[in-house]
Amino acid sequence: MTDSIDTRSHMPLGLAQRGYTGVIQHLAAKEAGSALSDVELESRLIELGFVEGARVEILHEGLVGRDPIAVRVDNITIAVRRREAMAIIVA
Amino acid sequence: MEAPLLHLALVGTPNSGKTSLFNALTGSRQKVANYPGVTVERKEGFFVTPLGRQVSVVDLPGTYSLRGRSPDEEITRDFVLGKASGETLPDLVLCVADSTNLRLTIRLLLELKRTGRPMILVLNMFDIASRRGITVDVERLAKELGVPVVTSIAVRKGGTADLLKLTDEISAALAAEPVENSWRALGVSELRATQREADRIIADCVSLPARPDTWTARIDAIALHPVGGLIVLALILFVMFQAVFAWAQPAMELLKSGFDSLGELVQATLPDGLLQSFLQNGVISGVGSVIVFLPQIILIFLFILLLEDFGYMARAAFLMDRIMGGAGLHGRAFIPLLSSFACAIPGIMATRVIDNKRDRLTTILIAPLMTCSARIPVYTLIISAFIPAKDVWGFINLQGLVMFGLYAAGIISALLVSFVIKFFMIRDYAPAPFMLELPDYKLPRLKSVAIGIFTRAKMFLYRAGTTIFSMMVLIWFLASFPQPPAGATEPAIEFSLAAMIGKALEPLLAPVGFNWQIAVALIPGMAAREVAVAALGTVYAIEGGNEAVEQIGQVLATKWSLATALSMLAWYIFAPQCASTLAVIRRETGSWAWMGVTFAYMLVLAYAASLVTYNVAVALGAG
Repeated sequence: MTDSIDTRSHMPLGLAQRGYTGVIQHLAAKEAGSALSDVELESRLIELGFVEGARVEILHEGLVGRDPIAVRVDNITIAVRRREAMAIIVA
Repeated sequence: MEAPLLHLALVGTPNSGKTSLFNALTGSRQKVANYPGVTVERKEGFFVTPLGRQVSVVDLPGTYSLRGRSPDEEITRDFVLGKASGETLPDLVLCVADSTNLRLTIRLLLELKRTGRPMILVLNMFDIASRRGITVDVERLAKELGVPVVTSIAVRKGGTADLLKLTDEISAALAAEPVENSWRALGVSELRATQREADRIIADCVSLPARPDTWTARIDAIALHPVGGLIVLALILFVMFQAVFAWAQPAMELLKSGFDSLGELVQATLPDGLLQSFLQNGVISGVGSVIVFLPQIILIFLFILLLEDFGYMARAAFLMDRIMGGAGLHGRAFIPLLSSFACAIPGIMATRVIDNKRDRLTTILIAPLMTCSARIPVYTLIISAFIPAKDVWGFINLQGLVMFGLYAAGIISALLVSFVIKFFMIRDYAPAPFMLELPDYKLPRLKSVAIGIFTRAKMFLYRAGTTIFSMMVLIWFLASFPQPPAGATEPAIEFSLAAMIGKALEPLLAPVGFNWQIAVALIPGMAAREVAVAALGTVYAIEGGNEAVEQIGQVLATKWSLATALSMLAWYIFAPQCASTLAVIRRETGSWAWMGVTFAYMLVLAYAASLVTYNVAVALGAG
């Protein structure tokens, strides 16, 4: 496993603050507690460019509960709720 | 020998500039209809290539994949696979990409390739990409993908010349041998693999500077600020409604005086009698009083189309997501609801972007509460007759403020109704995800907006010429027959069928302050809301006799009390909606029951609101 040589610990993107930058490590749809099935959530995340190795940055947060978040994924911006962002494990 | 019509299909992710390319290719030679059996809008256009080949092109709904998650996306998939009923398999698929954002489109293209259809990758908005320092090795990209690639600038004159040339070349060489369709729904690992492949190809062929669009970042710093963004949104909506009320006035006055002089002309040239009454009271004052509102309808669509093209609509959904979530609505519902300000029909149809069934149903049920443009004539008429046009706090027009208040009342009641639905009807509610691309801002294209407004204005005038016209003829007939007996001293209308119907309904409507003339106008108002204004015009015109060529507004100001006027405004916030909206609800929900529920709950709310408004107003001395 390469995990041990990472200098930063893995965390779900759903917990990150505005201004956070990192790289997607893997997707963990099971942990998100989304209304979607695991496969559906994972498929949609991939279709919007959330794949392993993509650079992400949290650009904006909503007013209520700092949700949803606007995430820069490589060179596009995607709005997603924190609940679904819990499936995106970053470091 | 004439070559057969060449069938093209435009496929691409949302925000790829598909529609502006479609407009650039076909100009105004467009045909908008529905796909059979579903309410997905089918846009087909026609053009001729430089070599003289006749081409039909269909603009398919935007999609990120061929999985077909929503009715829109299913259409795109079925069309490309040749499974859509009554549709020809496209000879050539144009996969449209936003050149500044190739990742998602290239992945889609890799999936599309499996269908075996001949394809061209169109790198659209290539000028914006170049300006941002993005360079694409077009030849290499074509080789890696195994698909011809062409750049285009849909918004510039001649920006599609290369695409047209390539279309000619390819269509001449189109082989008759069918290529095997090997597409099937992709699993998660295949999706991931195609995205990796797409990323690899992009890394090889495209050089991306590390700087994002600075303008988008700068605008978003304000427009997506948690507090500032909401203030901006409120300001935009406020300006929009002030504009619809104030800026449209000169054009409306012009139309109004045009119809007035036309009516006077008819009165002067034709002898007194039924024909004169029919043309003047039935046709000109009836249809004319609706057409007068064309400027306002154009303005509201102008705002909505501009915001859409600019890329702001997705931001509005982002800002409103959690706020609407409190009322049990999905952030994506914001766009259909905002479109419902123009008309509930496109709004309800736009709910197809919401893939969760319950979220969609809630949105459909409340969409008619958004103040649609057909209510504008009613509001405008009553406001200008009863609310003084003075400024408050020096700069805000009081009439505009009342208008804003009516819109706000519609929005607030929509939120309350949604909350009630969530609380009582859909208890096991799990919030559906909100995932939406926030596209870079783009300057709206004049041509696209103009085509959009033109199509809507045409639809409105068509309605005025058909539905509204036939309702007006009916109203005129009801108000004119039977004719008064010879020697009668009361106005002719007192003896008519309309008066009988209105008077039969009057006891029901008396508690809310409506007289029998209003009762007569409310019935055709269900065919199309704006007819209510025209119907009032006809009823009062016939009642007043031919000498009274007064404005409807002035007549109302003398015939109604302020309490009745306010009650009428309150009624129209809810106004059991027009027949076409009910038909769309029936079609979109596939259920007569939901249509009935919508009609019943709005009727109850309208009655209750009018009852309260009227009685409070009377108690305050406005009776």
